[in-house]
Amino acid sequence: MSEPTTSEPTTIDRDREPASGTPATTAVARPVRARPRWTRLVLSRDAGVFYALVAVIIYAYTQVPYFASTQTVGFLLLDIIPILLIAMPMALVIITGEIDLSVASTVGLTSAIMGVLFAAGVPIALVFVICLALGIVLGAFNGLLVTVLGLPSLAVTIGTLALYRGFALVVIGDNAIANFPPELTSFATSKIGATGIPVVMVVVLAVAVFFGVLLHLTPFGRSLFALGYSTEAASFVGIKVARAKFWLFVSTGFISSLVGIFWTLRYSSARSDNATGIELAVIAAVLLGGVSIFGGKGSIPGVVCGVLLIGTINYTLRLARVSDVVLSIVTGALLVASVITPSIVDWARARTHARRAAAHTPQKAPAS
Amino acid sequence: MTNVKTSPSSSSSTPPPTAAQASIGRSALSKVMRSREVPVASALIVLVVVTTAVNPLFLTPQGVKDLLLNATIVIILAVGQALVIITRNVDLSVGSMLGLTAYLTGTLFADIPGIPIAVVFLAGMLLGGALGALNGLLVTIAKVPALVITLGTLYIYRGVNNAWAGGTQYFAGDRPRGFSNLSTQTVVGFPLITLLAVVVVIGVAIVLAYTRTGRDLYAIGSDPEAARLFGIPVTRRVLGAFIASGILAGLAGVLYASRYNAVGATTGTGLELDVVAAAVVGGVAIFGGSGTVVGAAIGALLLTTITSALTALRVDKFWQQAIVGVLILSAITIDRIVSLYRARQLRMSEARDV
Repeated sequence: MSEPTTSEPTTIDRDREPASGTPATTAVARPVRARPRWTRLVLSRDAGVFYALVAVIIYAYTQVPYFASTQTVGFLLLDIIPILLIAMPMALVIITGEIDLSVASTVGLTSAIMGVLFAAGVPIALVFVICLALGIVLGAFNGLLVTVLGLPSLAVTIGTLALYRGFALVVIGDNAIANFPPELTSFATSKIGATGIPVVMVVVLAVAVFFGVLLHLTPFGRSLFALGYSTEAASFVGIKVARAKFWLFVSTGFISSLVGIFWTLRYSSARSDNATGIELAVIAAVLLGGVSIFGGKGSIPGVVCGVLLIGTINYTLRLARVSDVVLSIVTGALLVASVITPSIVDWARARTHARRAAAHTPQKAPAS
Repeated sequence: MTNVKTSPSSSSSTPPPTAAQASIGRSALSKVMRSREVPVASALIVLVVVTTAVNPLFLTPQGVKDLLLNATIVIILAVGQALVIITRNVDLSVGSMLGLTAYLTGTLFADIPGIPIAVVFLAGMLLGGALGALNGLLVTIAKVPALVITLGTLYIYRGVNNAWAGGTQYFAGDRPRGFSNLSTQTVVGFPLITLLAVVVVIGVAIVLAYTRTGRDLYAIGSDPEAARLFGIPVTRRVLGAFIASGILAGLAGVLYASRYNAVGATTGTGLELDVVAAAVVGGVAIFGGSGTVVGAAIGALLLTTITSALTALRVDKFWQQAIVGVLILSAITIDRIVSLYRARQLRMSEARDV
C-alpha cells in the first residue's frame, strides 16, 4: 500500500490499490504543497481504522482458535447488524452536528408493538408495515422538536429515549411474546449457502450503499458537510437546513424500526427492554469510524470499518477466552484513543506547519 | 446567565431555601417568579398535593422518609452534573464512578474490619475525585467534547468495576451497624444521608452564586472563547468542575452502599441518563451558562417522587418512564419558549431606547 504512486481520484473507494504512475516526490519544490490524492487516502483517518481492522482480522485468523470458520463470520455479523444498520443514518446525523440518543428506545418500542400486534392476530405483513411507519413517526417527532422548536437534539433525544422506552413498557409491560412464525425467525438467522454470511447482510449492504451514495455522491450529501461546519453559512448558500435535519431524524427512526423487527425475529422475542443501551455502542462505533462529534467530517466507509473493528475485537476477545468484563474497557479505550489521536496529530501537524512556514516564507502567517 | 440564585417556596419535601438574595432594583417577587426553579418546583408541589389528596398515606412520616431516601443519591449526582453542564460540558460516567466507589466501600468494610466510617467516606471521595480528574484532563487537554470522553470512560470505569468485582457482591451484613444507620436514622423526619445531601446542595449553591469561581463557571458556559479572552482560567475551572462531579459521585457511591443492600459489578448502571434528566428538568440548560444546583436537586426529587406517586395513585408503574420523558421534553420546551420571549422583549426595549 505504500508504493509512491498517483491515481485517478477515487471518491469513496478508499482501499482500492491505486494504479502505478509517476513518483509523487516532484511536488516537493512547489510553493503550494498539496499532498497527492493517494497519500491523503492512504494516510487518512479512515484508512487507519481500516488497517486496524485488517490487522485484528489477520491476528485473529492466525492466532485465535476457531476464529477461522464460517460460524464465526455468521455470529459476528449477526451480532453487529443492529449497530451497523443504525450507524449509517447516525453518521449523517452526527455529521450535521446533531445527535440521536433515542434509537435504542425506538428499537425497543418497535419490538414491543410488533409483539403486541402479532399476538392480537394482525397479519404479519401488516405488522411490518405498521412498525416501519411507527419508526418514521418517532423519527419525525424528534425531527420536529429539533427543527421547528429549535431545541438541542442532545436534550430532545434524551427525553424521547425515556419516552419511547416508557411507551414500550406501557404497551407490553413485563411480558415477552415469542411465538413468531418459525419461517421468519429462521430467515433472520439464515446464511447464504455455505459462506456463513447471514442473508440479512444483503439488506444491510443495500442500506450502507444507499447512505454512502447519499452522503458522498449527491448534492444533498455534500450539503450535510457544509451544514456540519456552519449552520449559518449553509443556510446563506441556500441549503434548507431544517428540512435536511428533519429527514435525517426520520431516517434514523425508520432504520431503528427496521432493526427492531430484525432484533425481534433474531432473538424470537418481543420485549420492552430489547436493545437497551445500544445507542452508546452505535455512537462509539460512529466516532471510532472517524466522524467528528463537532460535525462536518466523516465518511460511510470509515463508519463501516469502525463498526466492524469494534465487533471483531469484541468477538475475538470472547473467542480467546478473555472474560466479558474486559470488553467494555476495550470499547471505551478505543473510543477515547480514537478521539484523542486526531487532536494529538493536529497539534503535531500545526507545529511542523508553523515551523516550516516560518522557515520558508517568514512574511506569511500560518494557516491555522 | 440571567438569574442570581433564588429558591422558590418549598414544601416539606423540597430542600430549604438558600441564602438570602440581593435585590437590586427589581422587586423580589418578580425575581422569584422569573427564576428557573419555579416550573420544576411547582410541578413537584402539584404532584405531591394531588397524590396526597387521592391517597393520604402518601405524606405520612414514613412515606416522606422513603421519598427522601430514594432521592438522596440522585440529588447528589445531579448537583455534580449541574456544575459540569453549566460549563457547557456533560459527565456521562457518573453511574460508573458511583459503581466503582460503592464497590470500594463494600470492599473496605469487608476486608478491613473496624475501619473508621470517616476514612471510608474519604477514600470514596478521593477515588471519585481521581476518576473525575481523569475525565477533566482528557476533556481539557485533548480538547475533545466531554460527551465523547465521558462516554468512553463510562465504558472503561464500568469495565474496571467488572474486572475488579467479577461475580462478587458485598451485602449490608458485611458493613458496620453505624454505617447502615446513616440511612435509617432520622433527624426531624429527615434521614441523615438526606441531610448530608441538603448540606451539599446549599454549599455548592453558595459557591456557584457568590464566589468568583462559581460565576466563572457560568461565564465559561455562556461563551468559552469570551471567557478565555476575559482572562478566566477556563482549563482549570472546567477541570475543577469535573473533579467536583467525581468527588460527588464518590460520595454518592459511599451513600449507595449505606442505603442499599448489595453492591457489585453492575451497581449504578444506566444512572447517568436519570441524572442528566434531573438536571435538565431542574432548569439547567444543556448548552451551559444557566441553571442552578437547587433546580437540579428539585429536578432529582421530582423524578424520584413520580415513581412513588404512581404507586400511591395506583397507576400502572410502567407509565413512569414515559412520564419522565414527557417531563424532560416539557422542561426544555418551556425553557426555549421563555428564552425566545425574553429575547424578543429585550429587542423591543432596546428598539424603544433608540
